[in-house]
Amino acid sequence: MVDIPVDTRLAARRPTRLEGLRALARSNIYFAIASIVVALFILSATFAPLVSPHPPLDQDMAAFMSPPLTENHMLGTDSFGRDLLARTIYGARYALAIGFGAVLIGALGGLIVGVAAGLSGGVTEWALMRFIDALLALPSLIMAIAFISILGQGVDKVILAVGVALIGPFSRTVRADVLQVKAQAFVEAAGLMGVKRLAIIWRHILPNVIFPLAVQATIRVSYAVLVSSGLSFLGIGVAPPTPDWGLMIAEGRSFVSFAPWIAGVPGTALAILLIALSIVGDGVREHFDPKLRKQG
Amino acid sequence: MSTAPIFRLLDVQKAYDVDAKGGSLFSRAKRRLRALDGVRLSLAPGESLAIVGESGSGKTTLLRVLLGLTHPTDGRALFREKDIASLDGVDRDRFCREVAAIYQDARGSLNPRMSVLDLIAEPLDHHKLCTNSDRSDRVAALMSRVGLSPAMMSRYVSALSGGQLRRIAIARALASEPSVLVADEAVSGLDVSTQAQILKLLRDLQREMGLSLLFITHDLGVAAYLCDRIAVMYLGRVVEAGLTREVLKAPAHPYTRALLNASPRFFAPISDPLPGEVPSPIDLPPGCRFAGRCVRAQDDCQKSEPALTPASPTRMFACFHPLAS
Repeated sequence: MVDIPVDTRLAARRPTRLEGLRALARSNIYFAIASIVVALFILSATFAPLVSPHPPLDQDMAAFMSPPLTENHMLGTDSFGRDLLARTIYGARYALAIGFGAVLIGALGGLIVGVAAGLSGGVTEWALMRFIDALLALPSLIMAIAFISILGQGVDKVILAVGVALIGPFSRTVRADVLQVKAQAFVEAAGLMGVKRLAIIWRHILPNVIFPLAVQATIRVSYAVLVSSGLSFLGIGVAPPTPDWGLMIAEGRSFVSFAPWIAGVPGTALAILLIALSIVGDGVREHFDPKLRKQG
Repeated sequence: MSTAPIFRLLDVQKAYDVDAKGGSLFSRAKRRLRALDGVRLSLAPGESLAIVGESGSGKTTLLRVLLGLTHPTDGRALFREKDIASLDGVDRDRFCREVAAIYQDARGSLNPRMSVLDLIAEPLDHHKLCTNSDRSDRVAALMSRVGLSPAMMSRYVSALSGGQLRRIAIARALASEPSVLVADEAVSGLDVSTQAQILKLLRDLQREMGLSLLFITHDLGVAAYLCDRIAVMYLGRVVEAGLTREVLKAPAHPYTRALLNASPRFFAPISDPLPGEVPSPIDLPPGCRFAGRCVRAQDDCQKSEPALTPASPTRMFACFHPLAS
């Protein structure tokens, strides 16, 4: 019998993921600020009726195109006299719903296609990957336009269109991860032990694939928001008078020389949200990427 | 306990077809690569056997054949007198339970997303060897058996050292109460003191639990410490086999001698290292496959290949001009 001294510190509880993120927020000030910004956006979108100073569609006949800091309208009004702050807050609802919804569809579809391709091999894999290549060959904006022209306008259709456009990149990364994981010795070891194939996939392959996928998803949320705003800006996403940022920027475009705030307010909100989401996504990736992760 | 061998290899051959240069656009020229060429071995219950040889000698292919991960192209690989390739039903379950493998890459053989408890308990759960209530007790017992503190149970692979990982891999292998441990370079890449601890652990386990041990290594010292019997492989063939003590004290095959000479000793220059590398196992020339690097090679070595013949009940070698003992 061999005696080894056991370091008591090693026996301590492993910090949970949430604690890890908290430590990351402490060490990385940008990550902390960006997380707070994203949280504020999510909170104000969720509680929009409570936070918003006016209903988003109410027209103030006494104040058309009033600049920011006028009485009653902190960020000014647009050409119909609607309060820009209210519309921006409500717009965050659509931006975030589309962003997260589309990423959810894309990640789920990508997971299914990617795992199937990575595990099947042979002709099935070839066919699935050519299908993904076809999806990737079209820029996501063009693909979303094609979808909407078939399905018609509406928030749900935008979510679906952007989500399907995201399946391509997601399934590529999932397949690469599956190929890498399935070559690992622990998968072979489980097979030697006599563990059934489905159990191996469930217990050994999926957990090692889902996590990098979740990290990918946080990074792609900002991309989905951007594409959906782009669609609305082009006039084919969400239909007016819905308070959508892309739509608001498009409406304000004609007045940009003398009332820049109409496009500027939603534009700034969009920019701030995108930057914050990217920083959060990068932080999460850096923290959880096994190659960058420190021990413990 | 019966004395029937657990593993028996009967002239096992494993050949791969590889693309060769030449051939037309539509028909590629194929060449045969013989990773294993007529290997004959047996492993009795409670016995420990070391398989040594340079890289490329077919050690790992041999191991994969034994584990049923590759099937021999010729000859038979038997587990308790049944073909490993066609085990099914009860026999298959028995094989999975009785044969435990320890991998060279301990870190890679342990799922990084499972805690130590779940890793060691996986064979227990799979073979239904314990109830849920005594699951962690069983794991704790296994962990202390291999010299780990059970307090480490909730930790993950990323937080453990190389030596600890080997111990976990061993504990996990022992969990299914196997009758044979198959280990591939299980102590390479560890620092000397950890290596010594793991070797001592393996030897104690083997003796106390009556395990059979098949240990693949390139280190003759490790083989001598751990195993009663040794088989020296060269280019897919066993060139010398016998009791470890006898073989290492007085090697009969020039290749065994050369391996012994090549291991460094304190303050002594390495005498006559083997010239050149292991030749490619594709399209071997006729004659003894070691002849090209052998200092004792003579004309007859180029003409026909020596067979592995017994010289005494405990000793076999394949050489026309063995070293005198």
